[in-house]
Amino acid sequence: MKLIRIAHSSLLVVAASALVAGCSSVKLDDTKPPVVSKDIKDSNAGNAGATTGNAAQSQVTPVDATKNRTASDSNLPRVVYFDFDSFVVKDEFRPTIDANAKALAIDRKKKLAVEGHTDERGGSEYNLALGQKRAEAVVKSLTLLGADDKQIEAVSFGKERPAVQGSDETAWAKNRRAELVNR
Amino acid sequence: MANLCAPAFLPRRFVLRGLACLAFAISVAPAMAQFRVEISGVGATQVPVVVARFRDEDKATQQVSSIIRADLERSGLFRNIDAPGVLDELAQPQMADWRARAADALLGGSVTRLADGRYDVRAKLWDVVKGSEIGAQNATVHPNDLRLAAHRVADYVHEKLTGEKGVFSTRIAYVAKAGKANFLLRVADSDGYDPSGKPGGEGVLNSSEPIISPTWSPDGKELAYVSFEDQKAVVYAQDMASGRRRVVANFRGSNSAPAWSPDGQTMALTLSREGGSQIYLVGRNGGTPRRLTTSSAIDTEPCFAPDGRTLYFVSDRGGSPQVYRMPAAGGAADRVTFTGSYNISPAISPDGRTMAFISRQGNTFRLHTLDLQSGAVQALTDTSDDESPSFAPNGRLIIYATRAAGRDVLMTTTLDGKIKARLASTTPDVREPVWGPYGR
Repeated sequence: MKLIRIAHSSLLVVAASALVAGCSSVKLDDTKPPVVSKDIKDSNAGNAGATTGNAAQSQVTPVDATKNRTASDSNLPRVVYFDFDSFVVKDEFRPTIDANAKALAIDRKKKLAVEGHTDERGGSEYNLALGQKRAEAVVKSLTLLGADDKQIEAVSFGKERPAVQGSDETAWAKNRRAELVNR
Repeated sequence: MANLCAPAFLPRRFVLRGLACLAFAISVAPAMAQFRVEISGVGATQVPVVVARFRDEDKATQQVSSIIRADLERSGLFRNIDAPGVLDELAQPQMADWRARAADALLGGSVTRLADGRYDVRAKLWDVVKGSEIGAQNATVHPNDLRLAAHRVADYVHEKLTGEKGVFSTRIAYVAKAGKANFLLRVADSDGYDPSGKPGGEGVLNSSEPIISPTWSPDGKELAYVSFEDQKAVVYAQDMASGRRRVVANFRGSNSAPAWSPDGQTMALTLSREGGSQIYLVGRNGGTPRRLTTSSAIDTEPCFAPDGRTLYFVSDRGGSPQVYRMPAAGGAADRVTFTGSYNISPAISPDGRTMAFISRQGNTFRLHTLDLQSGAVQALTDTSDDESPSFAPNGRLIIYATRAAGRDVLMTTTLDGKIKARLASTTPDVREPVWGPYGR
């Protein structure tokens, strides 16, 4: 898993360096093993200015970005739940915040992503912003308890990755959450 | 350009058929069209039209006349009258015969395969009532553009018979969810098909993580979107034809809600790089963002007015999410929505007069329009989970997502809410629709 992530970030570096080099776009094909990403980039760089020739006007070329999700490797408590329309980290989750903040304070090289989530009601973008607000509230609690802001990134999935399926308050309550994920 | 104000043709039965169409519903055969059309309400009128089979179309890869027929039917503005036999653009139709079939207009044509593999598509439209020719359309196309050529003929018929430009040749993009970890950003013709005639459209991005907020570049060649493939929201722009894509925004935190400026040179988006969700401008290729809003609230879902000078967006600075607007160069914002405690996802009509948005009433989220001059608000649906409205480039239809029978589906509606069509997708759940521009 770790290997895949590292390989993938190197892919991004490749993409970024290509951007700096004046190549405005790079085709990313993540279905191929990451080790060959350099070849993909190289072969594409030569085509950067290629036209579509006599292809149909309707032509669409797909990008494949499927990959495996990183698994959490820690036994620390990882989830903070929120009340409806709320961003307050409740007292019952103080031990979760405390334990994770301590782990970050002990090992300054340790990195964490805090992923905010909402229930399914409402629009995807507004929910993304609500999830971000929840994630940032958790990050603030962690830094107050000794973690360094640079160790943590607050991100949001909005309503896009529910923990449980369902359209009732039981499901919604489980989905209004922030997950602490090792990076 | 054609005169869009005065129809070239005034159907004789236009008014008479109004009452007959009260609460009328038609189901287009699944083999013909992916959209199921539902028409309700007083005033729905339909032009009776014959689209004859084109000469030699059965030798081509696409049945041009049936594509045209399905387009016209789906718009809710036309009623197809069956006709036997083949009629090409060189024919001298006996108008009395067609009048006897109660047709107001007649379309014939031909599809000829050229030596280089391309097809020559010709069509001619007649006014049956007047007994005269309205005009002709010719195009030479790549085989994969045969459906496009058919849609263009349908657009021509639409424009000549209603005075309004058609949108059959435009495309839509949407996100299909084929499984818990299988998300597909797809592009389809406005009838839901891909150029080979397969339902479901063509894949733009295949990911195991969610994809949201696709949006077309004004030239229709690129899609910007938000992908979570890196375990966070990152904004990409992808060239349709080549599949090449670039990162537009990948800053610390979330990067989302891309909106192209009408000139295609800049993009407004929502970043959380400085804490909180705020609206920024970046160049079309990314670069250093310029912050546009400075509030301690959520500011998101930027959306340019068609003139490019005003930016509409959603903010909860007043305590609940409402639509605001501000100069696109930055400056003071004023509130646009006042009814209800949750108004999101603004989309502005191409003429700048109407805003479509989603409003929560109790536990329902419904598509509404706001007349930006009079302030009149109208609900367009009676469903409860509407999302993501987007105007067709002629401003006559809105595509949106909703839920029906436990599934995420796509619908189109006229601005009066009377004619709705549902995209019957090949994947269980489809969301985040956005209508592409003219000029493909």
